[in-house]
Amino acid sequence: MKELIVISGKGGTGKTSIMAAFASLAEDKLLCDADVDAADLHLITDPLVRMRHDFQSGNTAIINQDQCTGCGVCIDMCRWRAISDDFKVNSIECEGCGVCVYFCPEKAIDFPENICGEWFVSDTRFGPMVHARLGIAEENSGKLVTLVRQEARKLAEAKNLDLILTDGPPGVGCPVIASIGGASAVLIVTEPSVSGKHDMERVAQLSAYFKVPAMICVNKFDLNLDLTRDIENFGEKKGITCLGRIPFDPTFTKAMIQGQTVLEYDTQSKAGNAIEEIWGNLANKLKI
Amino acid sequence: MIISIASGKGGTGKTTVATNLALSLGSAVQLLDCDVEEPNAHLFIHPVFDQTKTVTAPVPEIDMNKCTLCGKCGEICQFKAIVVVGQTVLPFEELCHSCGGCMAVCPEKAITEKGRELGVIQKGHRNGIEFIHGKLRVGEAMSPPLIKKVLAYTDPAKLTIVDAPPGTSCPVIESMKRANFVLLVTEPTPFGLYDLKLAVGAAKILNIPCGLVINRSDLGDDNVKAYADRENLPVLMEIPFDRQIAETYSRGEMIVEVMPEWKEKFLKLYEKIKHLVT
Repeated sequence: MKELIVISGKGGTGKTSIMAAFASLAEDKLLCDADVDAADLHLITDPLVRMRHDFQSGNTAIINQDQCTGCGVCIDMCRWRAISDDFKVNSIECEGCGVCVYFCPEKAIDFPENICGEWFVSDTRFGPMVHARLGIAEENSGKLVTLVRQEARKLAEAKNLDLILTDGPPGVGCPVIASIGGASAVLIVTEPSVSGKHDMERVAQLSAYFKVPAMICVNKFDLNLDLTRDIENFGEKKGITCLGRIPFDPTFTKAMIQGQTVLEYDTQSKAGNAIEEIWGNLANKLKI
Repeated sequence: MIISIASGKGGTGKTTVATNLALSLGSAVQLLDCDVEEPNAHLFIHPVFDQTKTVTAPVPEIDMNKCTLCGKCGEICQFKAIVVVGQTVLPFEELCHSCGGCMAVCPEKAITEKGRELGVIQKGHRNGIEFIHGKLRVGEAMSPPLIKKVLAYTDPAKLTIVDAPPGTSCPVIESMKRANFVLLVTEPTPFGLYDLKLAVGAAKILNIPCGLVINRSDLGDDNVKAYADRENLPVLMEIPFDRQIAETYSRGEMIVEVMPEWKEKFLKLYEKIKHLVT
C-alpha cells in the first residue's frame, strides 16, 4: 500500500485544492485529511459521514472545592501557573501533567479525560475518506493525526485499496511530524515567494530527517519565475524530484466556491492541465 | 497593547499585515513572530540581528547510582516520557512536557534536569521596530514552549504586534491568549470562511475582541462579509487582489514601501483597532 502526504510548510500554497484534484484523477484510493486543526478537504469532497467517534486524549485537573484546604502545594508545583490564588484551574493553561493531582495531600483534585475532538469515516464521490476535527483550542493534534492515519490504513486494507492520499497540515511541528512518519512519499506544494521557498526548505529538511522521500511542485509559478527556478534548483541539488509547475489561475477559487475540484469545474483550465501532468509524473514515481 | 494577528487558514496574509502594520507605525513597536514552525516576517522586515539565543526545555537526567528502580517517575508521567526497563530508566526526551513531576516524586533525589534544545530566538531591529522571532529546530515537535519564550519579550511600554501561526490549536492559543485584540486575516473563499469561523471561536473562548482584514477581497464570494455582518465582526480593511502586491510579496518587499499609498491605510487600520480596544 502506498501513502502520499501532501504538505507545504507555508499555509495557503494550494495543498488542499491540488489534493482534491488528485482525488479526481486517482483510482482505487482512500482519502485522508490529516490537517485536523483546520481541515478543509471536506468542503470539496462533501463527505457523507458513516461513523463518528469521539477523540479522547489528555486530562485536565479540576479542584474539588469542598475538599481543598488551601494548602497551596498545587500552586507551588504547577509549572504552567494554571491554578489561581483561589484554587481554580484555568483549563486553557493546564497542561494535563497531573503533578497537582499526585501531590495534593487531600486528594482533592479530579483528573477527567478530555474529549478533544472527533473523527469520522465517510463516503465521498471519490471513495472512502477518513477525517477529523480537533476541538477549538484543544491539544494533542499530533495524536489525532496519528489516529486518523492508522484508521485510514486499516480501512484501506479492509477495502483492498492500494493508495492513501493524505492532505497534511502546514508547518514543521507536532502535527506535521505525525503526518509524515512512515509515509511512502511527501509532495511539497510550494509557491515562488521568499516565504514559500523558506518554508519549503524547512519542510524538505524535516522529510529528510524522517527519511521520507520528498517531491516538489510549484504552484502560482508565474508570479515569480526567478524564485520558481531557485526552488527547482534547490530540489535538484537535494535530490528532490520536481514534478511540475502550476500557473496562477483563478479557476482554483471558482471551483472551490462551487464545491468542486479544479478538474470537475473545468476540464480545460490551465491549472487543471498542469495538475493532470503532475499527477502523471507522480503516479510514475510512486509506481501506481 | 498587544495585537495578535491570526487567521485559522494559512497563507491568507497574516505576515503581510503584521509586517506592513509594524513598518507603517515605525517607532515604539515590537514585532514578535510566533509562527516558530515557519517564521517568515524576517524575510520582509530584513532586521539586523544582534542577539541569538538557544532555547531549551528542561528534561530529566537520571543518576543511576542513586536510582533504586522504584518506578514512581514512570507512574507520575502522563506523557510516557520516562519508563523503568529492566535495570535502567529510559527518558524519552521528545515526549517530555517539562512538568518536573518525575523529579519531584523521586524518593532518592536521583533526577535532575538538563536542557533539551527546542530552537533559537533571535532579536534584532529595523528602523524603530524591535524584532523578535523564534525558530523551531527542524525535527522538534513542541512549539508552545518556544512561543512562550518569544512572548516573554513583550514590552508593555510598546505596541506589540504578534504574528501567530495558522490553525486553532495550542500554538495559536499560546500566541493569542495575552492579546488585547485579535486581528483575523481571511480571504473570501469557502476554505477562508470555514477556518475563520474556527479562529473566531478561539478568540471567543479567550474572550478577546477581534476584527477582520479581508485579503484578496475581490477573488471569491460574499459569504465572509455576510458572516461578519451576522456575527457583528468589524471588517477593518480590505486588500483587493493585485498582481503588483502579489509580486511585491513574492520578492520579500514591503507593500508600504513599494506602494506608499498603502501606509495611510495601515495607519487607519491601527486607529480603528485602537478605537475598538479603548
